[in-house]
Amino acid sequence: MPNKDTIVDVPTVNKIARLSRLDIPEVNKESLTNDLNNILGFVAQLDEVDTSNVEPLASVTGHKLPLRSDDVNDGNIEDLVLKNAPESSSGFFVVPKVIE
Amino acid sequence: MNDTSTLKLGHIQGETGIWEMVIGLEIHAQISSKSKLFSGASASFGSEANRNVSLVDAAMPGMLPVINEFCVEQAVKTGLALNAKINNVSVFDRKNYFYADLPQGYQISQFTKPIVGEGEIIVDLDDGEQTTIGIERLHLEQDAGKSLHDQHPTKSYIDLNRTGVALMEIVSKPDIRSPQEAGAYVKKIRSILRYIGACDGNMEEGSLRADCNVSVRKSGEEFGTRCEIKNLNSIRFIIQAIQSEAERQVDILEEGGTIDQETRLFDTSTGETRSMRSKEDAHDYRYFPDPDLLPLEFSESWVQDIKEKLPELPDSLKKRLIKDFGITSYDASILVEEKDYVDFYQQAANGRDGKLTANWMITELFGALKKDNLSFLESPITSENLGELISLISNGTISGKIAKEVFSEMMKSKKSPSEIVKEKGLEQVSDDSEILKLIDQVISDNQDKVNEYLSGKDKLFGFFVGQVMKLSQGKANPGVVNKLLKEKLK
Amino acid sequence: MSELLDLNLVEASKALKNKEISSLELTKAYLKSISDTSSLGAYLEIVEDKAITMAKESDKKLIDGNARPLEGIPVGIKDMFCTKDIKTTASSKILENFIPTYESTVTQNLWNDGAVILGKLSCDEFAMGSSNETAAKGNVINPWLKNKKMSPGGSSGGSAAAVAARSALAATGTDTGGSIRQPAAFCGITGLKPTYGRCSRWGIVAFSSSLDQAGPLTRTVSDAALMLNSMAGYDQKDSTSANLKMPDLMDYLDKGIKGKKIGIPKEYTQNGISEDIVNFYEKSIAWLRDEGAEIIPVSLPHTKYALPAYYIIAPAEASSNLARYDGVRYGARQEASSLDEMYELTRGNGFGDEVKRRIMIGTYVLSSGYYDAYYLKAQKVRRLIKEDFENVYKKVDYILTPSTPTTSFELGKKQDPLTMYLNDIFTVPASLAGLPGISLPVGLDKSGLPIGIQLIANSFDEAGLISTARVLEMSAGFNFIADGAAK
Ligand SMILES: [Mg+2]
Ligand SMILES: [Zn+2]
Repeated sequence: MPNKDTIVDVPTVNKIARLSRLDIPEVNKESLTNDLNNILGFVAQLDEVDTSNVEPLASVTGHKLPLRSDDVNDGNIEDLVLKNAPESSSGFFVVPKVIE
Repeated sequence: MNDTSTLKLGHIQGETGIWEMVIGLEIHAQISSKSKLFSGASASFGSEANRNVSLVDAAMPGMLPVINEFCVEQAVKTGLALNAKINNVSVFDRKNYFYADLPQGYQISQFTKPIVGEGEIIVDLDDGEQTTIGIERLHLEQDAGKSLHDQHPTKSYIDLNRTGVALMEIVSKPDIRSPQEAGAYVKKIRSILRYIGACDGNMEEGSLRADCNVSVRKSGEEFGTRCEIKNLNSIRFIIQAIQSEAERQVDILEEGGTIDQETRLFDTSTGETRSMRSKEDAHDYRYFPDPDLLPLEFSESWVQDIKEKLPELPDSLKKRLIKDFGITSYDASILVEEKDYVDFYQQAANGRDGKLTANWMITELFGALKKDNLSFLESPITSENLGELISLISNGTISGKIAKEVFSEMMKSKKSPSEIVKEKGLEQVSDDSEILKLIDQVISDNQDKVNEYLSGKDKLFGFFVGQVMKLSQGKANPGVVNKLLKEKLK
Repeated sequence: MSELLDLNLVEASKALKNKEISSLELTKAYLKSISDTSSLGAYLEIVEDKAITMAKESDKKLIDGNARPLEGIPVGIKDMFCTKDIKTTASSKILENFIPTYESTVTQNLWNDGAVILGKLSCDEFAMGSSNETAAKGNVINPWLKNKKMSPGGSSGGSAAAVAARSALAATGTDTGGSIRQPAAFCGITGLKPTYGRCSRWGIVAFSSSLDQAGPLTRTVSDAALMLNSMAGYDQKDSTSANLKMPDLMDYLDKGIKGKKIGIPKEYTQNGISEDIVNFYEKSIAWLRDEGAEIIPVSLPHTKYALPAYYIIAPAEASSNLARYDGVRYGARQEASSLDEMYELTRGNGFGDEVKRRIMIGTYVLSSGYYDAYYLKAQKVRRLIKEDFENVYKKVDYILTPSTPTTSFELGKKQDPLTMYLNDIFTVPASLAGLPGISLPVGLDKSGLPIGIQLIANSFDEAGLISTARVLEMSAGFNFIADGAAK
């Protein structure tokens, strides 16, 4: 992990905000950058731990992934699916035009 | 324009020399399951908007995925059919990106530990040659929904019916060297998938799509920078898109330019590829193991069970057809393309002349179906009837010429050939005395020609044969006519 | 009315079954409490009509002798649980108008067992916080001190405050890194986080999927046992749900702890703990010894690294889990001319600062080039932490620790995110290991604020956890009532 004080700068914060689709007002950027540096500096303590022969642990459950049988037992609920939509029309969700 | 006639397929003649294509394919095959990969909504095609959508597919807060066993089985089956390594432990990862038809904000896919590892398949080329293409991996993933951009001037409409439908992504190694090879590879994969029933292979409905990674290089050089052409849904488009993309790259490189690694779309109206406009947004998918799912594990005995139930696959069938029926490798490879073809052929050719049956099926039947715009399953001629026709030819009941007439009647009326032959009195005449009568008639009608022949104009022999046949309305046995005419005209 | 509020869950249940009281009067008493204590801000949504209807139905069953385990018990539900036809916001502006068309498995289990819903309880936004100050609708006030606005803790701050203020007989919570146990400690009540996989996560707004667990917040250990009996259970809709039957916890209340081994990890008393808490921790150790337990010093060497690992793993999962809040299918949308702009404005506006910080951290630690250094490293450390516990459980049956390094603090006083994170220093290790933990009140500090002590059991040993906690509860004899509680 990089140097604790300047792990992220404002351009990096802009990049991460863009990836996260978060609009961050200009005035907040510096304090957010500081917060992120503090947090990332704190978690950088993990560098002290020797993990060279350690497998990463993604899940604590001991069991195997359960499989379900291939039955159609859901769907046909367009009204429920669309009920909370900010905008919908003739059964579709509607969003600002997407350019491919 | 360069003369390309002497170039090998997949080679492009530039000012600076010959360029070679390097192609790798990612095939997305929709698994023929009833329900989706992680939800119980229907995976069927063509329903009304948002009909086949569960709360899980719509990514409502707190909804969780539960995996479909059938889909796992199909992936293993396909892996076995691709002679690939089956990974008894695999992991589902989230591929994170924002898109209107991706409700979760991530696609559940497999990244570092796919369910199937390396394999290979044999691909049959048009010239009868074969080549081996490596498989890099096969993994399970969710399909995305559909955005409609032409419903409204400033809005896009989103339908989530496809969201979460189970896909297998089959990734080839960059072993493909021409557009035609790529087409043959897709054909072969599609054929295998249909044999084992893992995917219906319907490219028009999008059940099978390919992303093509294309780069060019001078022979023996390192791989060049590649571009990915997304979502091609026909073999013809795959071939066109690769050819035009490779030509585009050669043009740039010949002018001293460089290729940008990017994602491109194939425009079917221009036959060219174009850059996707959304590309400026550099992707960073932030893959990580989906914490809603545990690693997928299954036992070796479960895999063995699936292996034992696997049907005979095209390569082995092809060898068997060549051996059992004595047909050419080329004919065999056409017949094994589809399970339906082989089944039909084996029934029709059973106990009969295999070569003749193959000829009739490939040339006559396929041709007639194409002409009438019918699919193979809609064929008016059954395998029993084609087989009977072959028997009638082989045992001399009808001549090849009459057989064609009978065949076209079979296409029209669906009647059996023996019925048609009987109704129309088309049995071949082989009786010497009857044929001699016809010969006498022809000789007396054409005395001048007989004289010419006898004075050395040998070529006229064919004319007499033709006349006799005509007089018999095609029913005379040509062999017998030949033999008797020769004796008569000595 | 006040006598009704004096009954804890087990007592009320008994009185209902003996027809000494009715669910309708009990429910009405609680509805009145809710309005009497409304200045605490614990409730986001009160469903009076529904509560009355459910109470009447329960009374029918009680009269007919068909009472179910929680028949007629009025409870509050943390706003992280999706409740059918009842607004569910996760205390976030981005979900301000969201009305689920479905019911979470855990709450459905409660209704199936006869519980009555009072309303939805405030929490930190998307359960991200340790003070309930990140809730979109404002702070929840700890009922414990009348003269000072203290934090109820978080993220289940509304749940803890409501139980302490007697505006719910019991409440549900969710715990990702301490979100049940820490607020329980701050509010002088009992909070139980079960083993990961014990309660279904289906229908609970996800924060960090590999850590989130639902659990009860109650007045007593027996109340917690009764609630968890109903909340827990295998659910096919949650792939991480454990297909293991939990024994009836009520059978384990009076098993005692004679001969049991209690581990005292040396790493939990090192720095920054308040003196009063240390005193009560030592008292707790003595009480358990007096009841026949063997006290064994143990070491969990990677404890120090639990918090940093947690603040990588939880934000990473959250950054992905919260991607679905995009203004397309539900939630508050900010209109814009392009899709990307709509996303950015909707999310920038809809999420509060703490949620945005965590999404940013999560996105960063997963992004290309940083994944190995942060996320993968944290997962490796997570394994070491789990192995620490596994090693210790070869030697002891339970582990005893303080629940928090300090008692409740004044609202608005801790501005720095990192200082806030340190609140969870004692609860996070068990979360990372997926172990069940319970916090129960054992005394008050010098300013009259409750002190919580935590017991951690091995996986799926909720029964033993209940037995042990019950012994500690009896010894501590904590019977204070918050100053701001409904009377
Ligand atoms: Mg691709
Ligand atoms: Zn894919």
